[in-house]
Amino acid sequence: MDVLLDNLDLFGPFFLTTIELFLLSAVGALVWGTILAMLRVSPVPVFRAVGTAYVTIARNTPLTLVFAFFVFAYPLLDIVKLDYFPAAVTALTVYTSAFICEVVRSGINTVPVGQAEAGRALGLTFAQILGQVVLPQALRSVVPPLISTLIALLKNTTIAAGFSVAEAGAIRSYLSERGENQLIGLLWVALGFIILVAVLSFVQRSLEKRWSVAR
Amino acid sequence: MSNVLFDVPGPKARLRYRTYAVVGTLAVLAFIGYIGWRFYDSGQFTARKWEWLQYTQVQEDLANAVLQTLQAFAAAAVLALIFGAIFAAGRLSDHAWIRGIAGFVVEFFRAIPALILMFLFYFGLPTVGVPMTPFLGVVFGLTLYNGSVLAEIFRAGIQSLPKGQSEAAYALGMRKTQVMFLVLLPQAIRAMLPTIISQLVVLLKDTALGFIITFQELLYYARYIGSQGTFGRPIVPSTIVATAIYVVMCLLLTALATYLERRNRRSKKVVAGPPTAAEEVVAASA
Repeated sequence: MDVLLDNLDLFGPFFLTTIELFLLSAVGALVWGTILAMLRVSPVPVFRAVGTAYVTIARNTPLTLVFAFFVFAYPLLDIVKLDYFPAAVTALTVYTSAFICEVVRSGINTVPVGQAEAGRALGLTFAQILGQVVLPQALRSVVPPLISTLIALLKNTTIAAGFSVAEAGAIRSYLSERGENQLIGLLWVALGFIILVAVLSFVQRSLEKRWSVAR
Repeated sequence: MSNVLFDVPGPKARLRYRTYAVVGTLAVLAFIGYIGWRFYDSGQFTARKWEWLQYTQVQEDLANAVLQTLQAFAAAAVLALIFGAIFAAGRLSDHAWIRGIAGFVVEFFRAIPALILMFLFYFGLPTVGVPMTPFLGVVFGLTLYNGSVLAEIFRAGIQSLPKGQSEAAYALGMRKTQVMFLVLLPQAIRAMLPTIISQLVVLLKDTALGFIITFQELLYYARYIGSQGTFGRPIVPSTIVATAIYVVMCLLLTALATYLERRNRRSKKVVAGPPTAAEEVVAASA
């Protein structure tokens, strides 16, 4: 208990950074992932190929490597300067969006054919069908796997600790500098994550109840 | 599947799609070209930055680093499969206290980031006098995390089997352990093989976390080479090479999963598709 109480000035702000990192990358990954899913079902073959290539590469690269690229290699390219925190958000977004894309795409496949056909019969364009008919239903039906992906994202934020972002994963090294017991400190960090994951699972259950589609 | 979203294009739509395709191709090419130009402009394509690949010593060390990655992967994969099988059986036990303990362990390790588990082993255990190497830290951390996910996959697989399987085994006079390990688990593993392998892909990728606890694997070596002044600090080329190696290794595993899935679909012995619960488990481990 002492390790936690004596170092609240560490645990508090660091976990806040974790949550900030999580929320920003979650929004980024949801938006970019949905765009990728739209590319992957679009009528234009080139768009589909681009979406597929992106997802294949991003899903088969370790996240740590994505981080390493944005932190060590990217600055050498002199494009836009990214600080450690924005670099971490970018890396998490680039990586997680590939998984979000696959989840959303599987959701699009669960929407009955009749929905899109009815939309077409009304004269809606592809973009209208997707945006106003299919995607709203698809997103509702994939709430559980979507939140599971976000839980994975939350846990993945710890990797940022290896790349100079002061978030929950980095608490350990600060504790060791202060001469605290690292084992106990790490167990507190683990407990913090269990609580955060429990909160997300709770959100999942309530969203599922409210949004479930009756078919 | 996706073609329900749009009609077979008529002449006008075809023209429009073609325009989009051209614009899209140009945009992608422009983006890739811009990145390529940035690479070129910052001197990443100069021969000097790629020279390191030609040294036999470097090649050997690179192969060695890949070997380290594969060793950690193999050890963690075997241990995680055993861990998963035991705890899946535990969660389906008839004794409430075993179910309770197994359920707690699985949920506990699934909620903790793999990196924190590695930290617990590598930095935490030595404080109570247990010696640790980076290799063991990586292997144990990955085992506990992926083992818990695999336990859930096995459980979903066992629950997807028809009840008649265990009933028939009991009718033959088998004991509970025999039913589980001789009848249920082998079938469940076969039905869930594609899912299990995609989890192993996750495990393979996660070995790169070892980089953070100074385990000398592929990414660690890429970073090391990238900081060598004698080769002109080729961090961009070395990252590209490491990415290529990782992607190829993971794609090979994924190809194996696809192959097994196709073979399963042909054979009639295997129970049809795993339940959605299993898919959720996999999504959770992304």
